[in-house]
Amino acid sequence: MSTEEHDLQGAPFLKEQIAGLYEPAGSKATGEAAERSTKHNREVTEAIPYWQDWREAASQIKQYAVANLDKLLVEFEEKITARGATVLWAEDAEEANRHVLAIAREHGVKTVVKGKSMVTEEMELNHKLAEAGIRAVETDLGEYIVQLAEQRPTHIVTPALHLSAKEVGELFAEKLGEPFSAEHEHLTKLARKHLRQEFLNADMGTSGTNFAIADTGTLAIVENEGNVGLSTSTPPIHVALIGVEKVLPRIDYLPLFLNMLARVGTGQKLTSYTHLIHGATPGRKLYVILLDNGRTNVLRDKAARRALCCIRCGMCLNVCPVYRRVGGWAYGWVYPGPIGSIISPHLIGMDKAGSLPFASTLCGACSDVCPVKIDIPHQLVHLRHRAVNEPSPARSLGDRLTWKLWAWAMGGPRRYRAAMGLVKLGVRLARFLPWHPGKLGAWTRGRALPQVPRGKSFRAEKRSSDET
Amino acid sequence: MIRLEQSSPPRWKYPTYEPGEPVALFIPCYVDQFFPEAARATAELLARRDVPTVFPKEQTCCGQPAFNSGYWEDARKVVRHFCDTFADYRWIVCPSGSCTAMCRVFFGQVDPDPRVVEIGRRVVELTEFLVEVLGVTDTGARFPHKVTLHNGCHTRRELGVIDPPLKLLGAVRDIEYVEMPDVEECCGFGGTFSVKMPGTSLAMGRTKVQSIVASGAEVVVSPDSSCLMHIGGMLRHNPATRHIQTKHIAEVLVAGE
Ligand code: SF4
Repeated sequence: MSTEEHDLQGAPFLKEQIAGLYEPAGSKATGEAAERSTKHNREVTEAIPYWQDWREAASQIKQYAVANLDKLLVEFEEKITARGATVLWAEDAEEANRHVLAIAREHGVKTVVKGKSMVTEEMELNHKLAEAGIRAVETDLGEYIVQLAEQRPTHIVTPALHLSAKEVGELFAEKLGEPFSAEHEHLTKLARKHLRQEFLNADMGTSGTNFAIADTGTLAIVENEGNVGLSTSTPPIHVALIGVEKVLPRIDYLPLFLNMLARVGTGQKLTSYTHLIHGATPGRKLYVILLDNGRTNVLRDKAARRALCCIRCGMCLNVCPVYRRVGGWAYGWVYPGPIGSIISPHLIGMDKAGSLPFASTLCGACSDVCPVKIDIPHQLVHLRHRAVNEPSPARSLGDRLTWKLWAWAMGGPRRYRAAMGLVKLGVRLARFLPWHPGKLGAWTRGRALPQVPRGKSFRAEKRSSDET
Repeated sequence: MIRLEQSSPPRWKYPTYEPGEPVALFIPCYVDQFFPEAARATAELLARRDVPTVFPKEQTCCGQPAFNSGYWEDARKVVRHFCDTFADYRWIVCPSGSCTAMCRVFFGQVDPDPRVVEIGRRVVELTEFLVEVLGVTDTGARFPHKVTLHNGCHTRRELGVIDPPLKLLGAVRDIEYVEMPDVEECCGFGGTFSVKMPGTSLAMGRTKVQSIVASGAEVVVSPDSSCLMHIGGMLRHNPATRHIQTKHIAEVLVAGE
């Protein structure tokens, strides 16, 4: 997807605002699956009586890490380099892609097996590799399905959340030429059969990273399918991609994070596999690419810094009533849901993602469950403030004038009474209109207008009682 | 060593209310104009507890609509007007959780002036004032109906006011209280969200309406008239649900007698 397409993809929320799409675009499967995981993951966290203390600890550790990124990343680099890894820094997606392509070219790579990584989605790596004539195969089951379907993930942890088993069965029948089945276990076996050969043939493996540990120089990667283990150890080259915010100061903190991530991410006590990679094994190559891609923009905006604490567990998506209804693609870019709404504006710019912070009722279900206690609704209002003051799709002269007028009207009781009188008159008259324009129409599409009370307003009553 | 930010709001400590102290009523604009019966019930509830109330006449709005829309500069003017209006009162009681949250939690973001922050912190939501400050749970009301409660998200999560409305309803005579399924879910109102993303707002509202219907309640009560404007609007829009009423919790708490 090119940068121009971001604009289009970023538009759905805005489009609804203008054209008034009646029904949300998310699939039924999305809502149901998200609801199921919410209930399940809640149970697993509620089993821990000191869960709230864990959250507080995790939040403090991540805040410390984010505040000391400069030192911790260098420490990480030194430690892992000493054990044979090559660390490369990338300021943006383009530079990261250049690094990956240069490595591939140097080693004559034809096929790449990929472990799940949202960072490579940011980089649109598959697309870039294809342009260079290199085949990239996603090996995470969900990612594999999404890749076969030529779609994008709708969720950061469970990429194919929007598809039912039946749809996956149809897809496999069409793309892999297998007889149709809608049975989970059978479908997994099919994917396994096809992927096995890919692992053996691949010249390079890539992976994301859950935690980059500074004091030991360790990559910690969690997974459930074994595909990350194979991607990182079968081919002779492993390229690990890391967003710079993924650093943890000390390995002592890792157990806490592994435990929490599994519980909120997938409702497990621990993931099936946890890989700790300390350096290159003899005879193989390990490259580590540290990607900024706008993350330092978040550091620059003090009120937004805590957004960098995110460990990409996906829980805020699952609980979000808006995400459940509109689905992942509506957010227009790699990161959907509440976390997407608070980081996309920093990573791809307010001009492209400025409408995202408005896609929320500010209900706060997300911050209630976030394992690192990110104050998501507060970040959303902060970004709204920025969005209406910076070049962005949310900036509108009409709104600006409306709020100016509103602030003036709310500046004193007389003006207030006059303004409210007009509003009430409007609501009364609206009943007789056959058609309602703009915002009024948006309201009455599925809601009756409030009844205008017959008696006086409370203040009018107070006034007359004081006068007598 | 860096100073770590406090990551959760400190639990609210209420000052002690001295008998006879006057309480200023902050009646949010839409309550004043569209739901005056909720304002009247609020005043009545306090009067029955011998709490003298004053209605500062200069009051208008807390600034929340502009604040949530990103227009903080405009919100600031209204917030300052609020502070000038209420500066002389130690107690400010408001029958709306979301407006209370605006004052108590968000004033500082709009205007870091310590005076503004301090005045904002004096605002207490009605059910919170009754239960946590006055220590009242039984208001002497009688309401022989099947009732369910929708607590607004700001009331629940920004203020952490969860028990007070339940305790108060629990003491009402002849009431049949039923909890609706997925009671913590947002109703989909969200202020301007309701007209900016009407499709999504209505989809969320439909789920809420289904939960209300499933509870079998005849009346939905809430400490937030704004949610009720949306929920009630949806209930009345559909003939099948038109019989379900919406009421501010204060109205139930003064009922009967
Ligand atoms: S913001 Fe919090 S809940 Fe959402 S993905 Fe990140 S860590 Fe998880």
